[in-house]
Amino acid sequence: MIRIEEVTKRYPDGTVAVDRLCLEIPDRAITVLVGPSGCGKTTTLRMINRMVEPSEGAIYLDGADIRRRPVTALRRSMGYVIQNAGLFQHRTILDNIATVPRMLGWGKRRARERAAELMERVGLDASLAGRYPYQLSGGQQQRVGVARALAADPPVLLMDEPFSAVDPVVRKGLQDELLRIQDELGKTIVFVTHDIDEAIKLGTRVAVLRTGGRLAQFAPPAELLSDPADSFVEDFLGADRGIRRLSFFPSDGLELTTDPVVRAGATAERTGGFGAPYLLVTDAQGRPLGWSRPQDLAAGGADPGRLLPYGRPFVPGTDSLRAALDCAVLSPTGWAVAVDSGGRVTGVVSQQTIGEAIRGAHAGERAAGEVAR
Amino acid sequence: MNGALGGFFDIPSDLQHSYPGLIGLHLREALLPVLAGLLLALPLAQLCVRLRRLYPPVLAVTTVLYAIPSLAFFVVLIDYTGQTELRVMIPLAVYSLVVLVPAIVDGVRSVPEETLAAATAMGFGPVRRYLQVQLPIAVPAIVAGLRVATVSSISLVSVGALIGNQGALGNLLAAAQKYDRPVLAVNSVLTTAVLAILCDALLVLARVLLTPWMPAAGRRRPRQAAGPEPARPREATR
Ligand SMILES: Nc1ncnc2c1ncn2[C@@H]1O[C@H](COP(=O)(O)OP(=O)(O)OP(=O)(O)O)[C@@H](O)[C@H]1O
Ligand SMILES: [Mg+2]
Repeated sequence: MIRIEEVTKRYPDGTVAVDRLCLEIPDRAITVLVGPSGCGKTTTLRMINRMVEPSEGAIYLDGADIRRRPVTALRRSMGYVIQNAGLFQHRTILDNIATVPRMLGWGKRRARERAAELMERVGLDASLAGRYPYQLSGGQQQRVGVARALAADPPVLLMDEPFSAVDPVVRKGLQDELLRIQDELGKTIVFVTHDIDEAIKLGTRVAVLRTGGRLAQFAPPAELLSDPADSFVEDFLGADRGIRRLSFFPSDGLELTTDPVVRAGATAERTGGFGAPYLLVTDAQGRPLGWSRPQDLAAGGADPGRLLPYGRPFVPGTDSLRAALDCAVLSPTGWAVAVDSGGRVTGVVSQQTIGEAIRGAHAGERAAGEVAR
Repeated sequence: MNGALGGFFDIPSDLQHSYPGLIGLHLREALLPVLAGLLLALPLAQLCVRLRRLYPPVLAVTTVLYAIPSLAFFVVLIDYTGQTELRVMIPLAVYSLVVLVPAIVDGVRSVPEETLAAATAMGFGPVRRYLQVQLPIAVPAIVAGLRVATVSSISLVSVGALIGNQGALGNLLAAAQKYDRPVLAVNSVLTTAVLAILCDALLVLARVLLTPWMPAAGRRRPRQAAGPEPARPREATR
């Protein structure tokens, strides 16, 4: 565990970058530092590997003051990933990744084998090994940066806005990859970002800092969304935190109905008589094709060209209530389509039903909160 | 050997050197100072990089030194060095130093901030970081400086002819006048030019061999550019 105790950083010009910060960073979890520009995130991160020395207070790693260890040894036990990757432009991808193992005295061969293994782990094609950084895309460079930080298998990973210089699609890929790698490796990660959505997606716990380097709130993301400590945190979370909070409620409790679901080519009597304004037509395998009015279906059969789109279906159990609500809102009929992992329809659910589930989830959480208190 | 180039390689004996001998002498008088300049410039530049306040005065002093005409320099030094090769080589070394210090400083400073931060964070000490990260990345800038220093040094050696036959190939100019053989002057100018071009080409070759990591000129990609992923495999541009 990393414990930051009453740490203040005053730069020589008098700027107070971090003000009496206390944080307990749990092992094998992702702790995110988030806050507006200039609030001291980078400074905090760099005090952990002693690239910046605190003016007051102390930082402990597994109970021992980090100043008691030689600084280079400390740094080599902590991977560091930054924006734009900071790769060594004069070394090949493989040699970039092998840097720390080589410094730790590993043989050339072993270090390169390790580097090749890491390239695979972060999703880089082995054919890139002999290239130089300028021959890679920004997203690929960022992956190399992550692989390089992981090379000597350090228990701690410090990441300073590692994904902020890539476009949103690449960023999402990198975030998913980080979560997958974290599932496998269980590092203690301190992750700096100014993007609250990234913080909520990645963080096991999120520390919100305010300008002047003071801690505003330190909580799991769901708690941040449900109980922001003050108006600063609330503003920082943005307008739609109610909706975003739904990401933390599972969708598997939703009551699905299969009544309005019909196969293409079903007989007329099968298509009528449910009283539903729309029917969901599926193909022979049960995959959704689109919505149709019962009378249209009776008249013209399931002509795919005349069906209404069904939006993006959700997978109960895997997706959250937010995804389910999104499906229902996007669907022209106001009904969300649930599918199994194979894409076959398991049922449909209306906006009203989802709304009831949301109220139920909130009530359940409040009750759990009372019990906990 | 009696055509238009009659006596082209026929060096008067008072120069005390054969034609290849003159070339060897010229190269030595031109290149040793560049080497000395480089060896002095490396630590001086490193000092300027580390102590930022040192750089402006160093730059001022070197610029003033550069402004001293070479001939005046040669004449002043006679009191200290006598009639030796050193008298030519010391000013040339100073000129090389003057060209190389800013070249190295700019090269080392051009290393991106993130690269330095990454190196520090990985546990590079200052010396290792300088030798393994900053200096290799500064190689293109250093070689650019070396090219200027080398070419000007090769041409400036000839000025030594004016101060008592220390000009190597430049001495042929004086001989051309003395013996009324213009062809010797042509020889001097051509050979000096060819030497300069060859040395320059060798330096370019060395740069290409030392920096396989450089994007080919004109196709430099901004390093922070983020392409959509998966990116198309980008072919090496060399
Ligand atoms: N070396 C320095 N000397 C003086 N002031 C500094 C120095 N480094 C940072 N600061 C100041 O300290 C404050 C915090 O800087 P820091 O880089 O930690 O912010 P940050 O939260 O990482 O911001 P960003 O999101 O823009 O990266 C800022 O006001 C900054 O100007
Ligand atoms: Mg920062």
